Amino acid sequence: MTLAATAGHPGFLSPTGVEIAFVLVGLVTFGAALITVTTKQLVHAALWLVVALGGIAVEYLLLTAEFIAWVQVLIYVGSIVVLLLFGLMLTRAPIGRSPDADSGNRGLALGVAVASAAALVWVVVDAFRTTWINLEGPAQGSTKASGEFLFRHWVLPFEALSVLLLAALVGAIVLSRKEGKDGKDPGGGVGAKGSKGGPRGKDRHVMRDRTDRTDREDRTARTARTYRTDRQEQSAASREDMS
Amino acid sequence: MHLAYPAVLAVLLFCTGLYGVLARRNAILVLMSVELMLNAVNLNLVAFDVWLRDALHAGQALTLFTIAIAAAEIGIGLAIVLAVYRNRGSSDIDRLRDTAETDDAETLPDDADAARDSTADQATAPAGKAKKAEATA
Repeated sequence: MTLAATAGHPGFLSPTGVEIAFVLVGLVTFGAALITVTTKQLVHAALWLVVALGGIAVEYLLLTAEFIAWVQVLIYVGSIVVLLLFGLMLTRAPIGRSPDADSGNRGLALGVAVASAAALVWVVVDAFRTTWINLEGPAQGSTKASGEFLFRHWVLPFEALSVLLLAALVGAIVLSRKEGKDGKDPGGGVGAKGSKGGPRGKDRHVMRDRTDRTDREDRTARTARTYRTDRQEQSAASREDMS
Repeated sequence: MHLAYPAVLAVLLFCTGLYGVLARRNAILVLMSVELMLNAVNLNLVAFDVWLRDALHAGQALTLFTIAIAAAEIGIGLAIVLAVYRNRGSSDIDRLRDTAETDDAETLPDDADAARDSTADQATAPAGKAKKAEATA
């Protein structure tokens, strides 16, 4: 283990250029993260998250982990933020300020966060006061080095990870599919209670489609409960029609 | 570089994410805060890997795996959030109280909505059990 020689090191008072850059980028990253968790505009939160994640990518570069920096840019900034933005749009997040972005236990959350931050900063600074990272020599995270250690020592976890990604893919598709093709309702517990068999299954689909279409405009305005009530009334009405 | 710089930055980012998870109400904002926490852990892993000069580079390998798992997590999480939104018409996690133990805890946090919903509730679903069953329909 090659710890940097602590004797010859200047300490805090004369930081190197890398350290100055790290601290500046770190401040930007921390500020962006703070805005992400405190802003009232939901879309702005996602955009500030881009700044925070990009800042972390720059920190990886400063720590000579190039490959991880580019993976960070590609996956986090490139895809995860886009997914989050899609999620915000699909749940119809308001574009302007939404006053109810924070829940009621905000003060408690602030207390917990500040307390844990103080404790952890104290512990970390106390523990690593005399520890320096030696950044000299060939980059430890260059693409060549990353490929070597990844496919020489970590092949089995890598392959297992691909299986996990496949499982996540299938799971996301199953979760976000609307309904089974064969009339199997994913949440059919209620329908089974009052149903007498017969053509009800198909009928439910037609009915639900109609409800969806008519309600599409004002659906966000309603709470889910009134929506469900509405659907029950309609189902009762259509049951009467049938009989 | 002093090791305290990346370690302290990781701590601060983690606690920022912790605050976001606890204080936010929208489920997607909670997912963003979880991403911040994961990134803090990644930064720690990379910094300690570079410090220790590990022969296997376990820190960087684990960082790559964490990033991939985070991508899977965000995909599944968003699918769940969208399914909840489709069923309930909102993605406020304060309102998702169907697994609450008592009927008292099932009342919504804000009084205005509770008052508005109470009439519809009494007409259609008087019992808490029935409400829970309908929530999945």
